[in-house]
Amino acid sequence: MSSDVILQTSNLGKHFKQRWAVRHLDLKIHRGDVFGFLGPNGAGKSTTIRMVLSLIRPTEGDVFLFGHSLRTQRQLALTSVGGIVEKPDFYLYLTAYRNLEVVGALHGGTTKRRILEVLDLVGLGQRAYDKVKTYSHGMKQRLGIAQALLSDPELVVLDEPTSGLDPQGMKDIRDLILHLSRDQKKTIMLSSHLLHEVELVATRMAIINKGELVTQGEVKRLLDEGEKYVLLSGEPKKKLELLLRKQKYVRRVEPKTDGFRLDMEFVDIPQLARSLVRNNIAVHAIIPRRSLEEYFLSLTENDGKL
Amino acid sequence: MARLLYIELIKTFLKKRTFIGFAIVAVVVPLIEIAMKLEGGRFLQSTTRSLQQDFFLVGNLFNGWLVSYNMMNSLWVHIPLLISFVAGDMLAGEATAGTYRLILIRPVSRTRILFAKYAATVLYTILFVFFLGALSIGLALPLLGRGDLIVFQRGILILPESDLAWRFLVAYLLAAWMMLTIASLAFFFSSFVENAIGPIVGTMGVLIVSLVIISIPVELFESVRPYLFMYYTNIWQKMFHDPVPWDALWKDAAVLGAYSLAFVGAAWGIFVRKDILS
Repeated sequence: MSSDVILQTSNLGKHFKQRWAVRHLDLKIHRGDVFGFLGPNGAGKSTTIRMVLSLIRPTEGDVFLFGHSLRTQRQLALTSVGGIVEKPDFYLYLTAYRNLEVVGALHGGTTKRRILEVLDLVGLGQRAYDKVKTYSHGMKQRLGIAQALLSDPELVVLDEPTSGLDPQGMKDIRDLILHLSRDQKKTIMLSSHLLHEVELVATRMAIINKGELVTQGEVKRLLDEGEKYVLLSGEPKKKLELLLRKQKYVRRVEPKTDGFRLDMEFVDIPQLARSLVRNNIAVHAIIPRRSLEEYFLSLTENDGKL
Repeated sequence: MARLLYIELIKTFLKKRTFIGFAIVAVVVPLIEIAMKLEGGRFLQSTTRSLQQDFFLVGNLFNGWLVSYNMMNSLWVHIPLLISFVAGDMLAGEATAGTYRLILIRPVSRTRILFAKYAATVLYTILFVFFLGALSIGLALPLLGRGDLIVFQRGILILPESDLAWRFLVAYLLAAWMMLTIASLAFFFSSFVENAIGPIVGTMGVLIVSLVIISIPVELFESVRPYLFMYYTNIWQKMFHDPVPWDALWKDAAVLGAYSLAFVGAAWGIFVRKDILS
């Protein structure tokens, strides 16, 4: 395993009673990555993350963290890993400070200064001594990130960190992830079903479906492999369709109920817009579609096959 | 390990559930002793009515020691129930709260976490049994007075007061030892369920079935009884025999210890292999 690869799963699999939740999974996360781990509900993301964090024992294969096998060197493997798995749960009858003290003890002890530092980092410094039962969901989510960062880990595993948050809460978490990656040089594994969130922060990604890896690689490269098209709506519709069919850079025009789907390069969108304005077309919307979400949906809609 | 134990004690003793047992004992014990103070004469009269036909009883036989001794009978069912509230919650409570996901992703072995939790269970159990003892005796002696202890066990035995303090102390130590077996059983149940109610119901179920088998005088059950740990739970009562049957007492203590080890060993086997899905 290259020293640059800090998390590697090798033929990882988990069998529950009647089915394989995850099978033949080979992931590689490099130092410095913000690694998006995508898949539809039930794809096996949480099972994988639970195996990576040693909550679930793999049926086959192994997880290597910093070169250490989770099967044979569990403690060494987890030394520099922090994580949050699904919704953040805490000892509600304890304060945030006490909760982090508990977590710190499991890492061999921590200082009061460090606890307050991470609480400040996630914006909970003023509520450090309040019981967690008085916290909102968003605050618990931030406390979840604080506990993941407490031991200053090199790898932070975040499972659905924006789940259940309002848009501002999502943005706060996204900004925090970017801060951790850029300023604190953390490597981050991030799973989410909110694919737009991942697209905004991830440098590399993997897509999993029905427990098996569909693809993994750099986000940019995978996006370029994805389908690209433009959704356009405007009036008058007949005139608009005729105009569109005359444009050489539009490879295909497909009428839709509320407009057209155009197969074209995104670089030609300004040219298209100018042409529409010149021909007195009232444009309602021009929507380029080449997002991670589209790519992801194209995979899942095709039953996970490229 | 000390650090892990410290956090387990914090988690245990900052939880309200932990004090339910203490609160109940703190209410029930004074209540019973005050009732005994008011109506105790009649209690002793009804107990000794048949004896008074053949014996002439002198001195203060209805006293704090007698009431404290009778109070120890709560060790059969009531105190186990209260102890299983906490012991049964030790592991299952983490599953219910979802906090396994918080603690089991750390670079600490599950074995150490489990034994820190068990150590906290042991401390709680000892503390609770001695709280019962201290409150029961500490309140009964000033309230009901002192004197010799009359014990009805296959006949009448009157133990002199000068002989009672150490007997009660060792009896409570043995009671704590016996309660540890019950706490270990609840702890074992706690290792494989996701809800703290299960271990409480499971423990009480085992206790009740065992007590039925032990107490019903049926020949069929006789061969089974020695294999039930509840068969040895009258160990504390042996401290009120004269002379104290030390050999039998050590043997019973060893059997209870073996059961505790077996329960904790089984809990360990389950816990270290457990998939955390909650």
